[in-house]
Amino acid sequence: MYNFILANRVALDLNSWFAKIKDEFYINFIAEDRYMYLVKGLWMTLRITFFAVLLGIALGVIAAIVRSTHDKTIKEMRPGLAKGLLIFFNAIVKLYLTVIRGTPVVVQLMIMYYIIFASSTNAMLVAVLAFGINSGAYVAEIIRSGIMSIDNGQFEAGRSLGFNYIQTMYYIVIPQALKNVLPALANEFIVLIKETSVSGYVGIMDLTRGGDVIRSRTFVAFMPLFAVAAIYLIIVVIFSKLVTVMERRLRNSER
Amino acid sequence: MSADKNNEVIISVNELSKHFKNKTGKIYALDGITTDIRRGEVLVIIGPSGSGKSTFLRSLNLLERPTEGTITFEGVDITSPESDINKLRQKMGMVFQHFNLFPHLTILDNMTLAPRKLLKMSKEDAEAKALELLERVGLLDRADAYPSQLSGGQKQRIAIVRALCMSPDVLLFDEPTSALDPEMVGEVLDVMKALAKSGMTMAVVTHEMGFAKEVGSRVIFMDEGKIIEEGTPSEIFDNPQNERLQSFLAKVL
Repeated sequence: MYNFILANRVALDLNSWFAKIKDEFYINFIAEDRYMYLVKGLWMTLRITFFAVLLGIALGVIAAIVRSTHDKTIKEMRPGLAKGLLIFFNAIVKLYLTVIRGTPVVVQLMIMYYIIFASSTNAMLVAVLAFGINSGAYVAEIIRSGIMSIDNGQFEAGRSLGFNYIQTMYYIVIPQALKNVLPALANEFIVLIKETSVSGYVGIMDLTRGGDVIRSRTFVAFMPLFAVAAIYLIIVVIFSKLVTVMERRLRNSER
Repeated sequence: MSADKNNEVIISVNELSKHFKNKTGKIYALDGITTDIRRGEVLVIIGPSGSGKSTFLRSLNLLERPTEGTITFEGVDITSPESDINKLRQKMGMVFQHFNLFPHLTILDNMTLAPRKLLKMSKEDAEAKALELLERVGLLDRADAYPSQLSGGQKQRIAIVRALCMSPDVLLFDEPTSALDPEMVGEVLDVMKALAKSGMTMAVVTHEMGFAKEVGSRVIFMDEGKIIEEGTPSEIFDNPQNERLQSFLAKVL
């Protein structure tokens, strides 16, 4: 008898718990089409990340080439305009790396939005620039370590065939360097996806901000925030999976 | 040696030096090297380690920058800042101790990359030439393999034909058999012998005295950055004059 009552109570509790979940789900996501905050926010997050990654790779490769070219060749170079330019650009790149890696991305984002591009109304573009420039500094160090890890014999073999420095980099060194640093690069992009969650600081409706808006409307924190967390997690897991497949492909090509 | 003796000088080296500075003064890796390499000749450079023989060879295509002296290749002073070293290197192939094949490319792509990008050969022409060379060294079946799938001897044979794909006028060999297991040395030397026989101009740094004797048209003995003795293989090996050469040969033969 006692057991029966207990079982009933549990069932009742479960029932009311499910009902509560259902209600919460309804007001957080269904009512007034609130799920659209998440959908639109996700779309914004993905766009910002995608373009920031492209910008980050472009800046990173250039910065890495300047840095490693300087470190590898400056001693052997004859004095002249080329040497002067290389020293100059290397100093600029070093400054860029120091400043960007030494300050929080959210502060960089706000400086970009409220000061440097104060007149711009395109917050997304500013965010892409801020995150791309930020990511570029980290990508630069990753790719530089990749370039430095390539045996000098590869450079010499390229040069001895008649390739100039840039061609040797392009055809021989960079492809191998990128392959070696692919896991580190993938990690950088995983970090970047999540870093864009501070976009709300400059009024961008990204995924995190979308969840927060729902919370401020419904006064329920649990559901929207966990939904946001789950979406980030799923994206990162899918991305990691893709990278693993890519790595295996690249490795297979050498076996 | 070879019947091809029109005696045209292809590389002329004049008072070539390379020094490094340290606290006590200058250290000479190369100290006033003067010699000529003639078309069709096989110049073998021997000497103890640290004698500057590799530095000398690597100076010939400016992988090492000499600090003094000149190198004239086919009438062009390659040490002058105005000369286009990349263009000149296309005519000077190089084979390295550690092969330096490109691990991210197949054998065929290793061989056709430079001809296609630098000589603007079509893919078909470059591949036809590469396959023909692969057949000559008995590695036709490895065209689609990657370097990591080959043995050391195979890698070095590929490295040689990769250099040949650019149709160079000279081939430089920097200790081509030193990194090989003993049983693979022969297959690489055979390829080099065949090349020498075909009239290729070669400069070879090696510890293979047998090769030097058999294939070399001229042998240079270097020590401490200088040419100590120079002559035909029989002069060097059968009748060495300098004491340092004598003690070197006593150790290696």
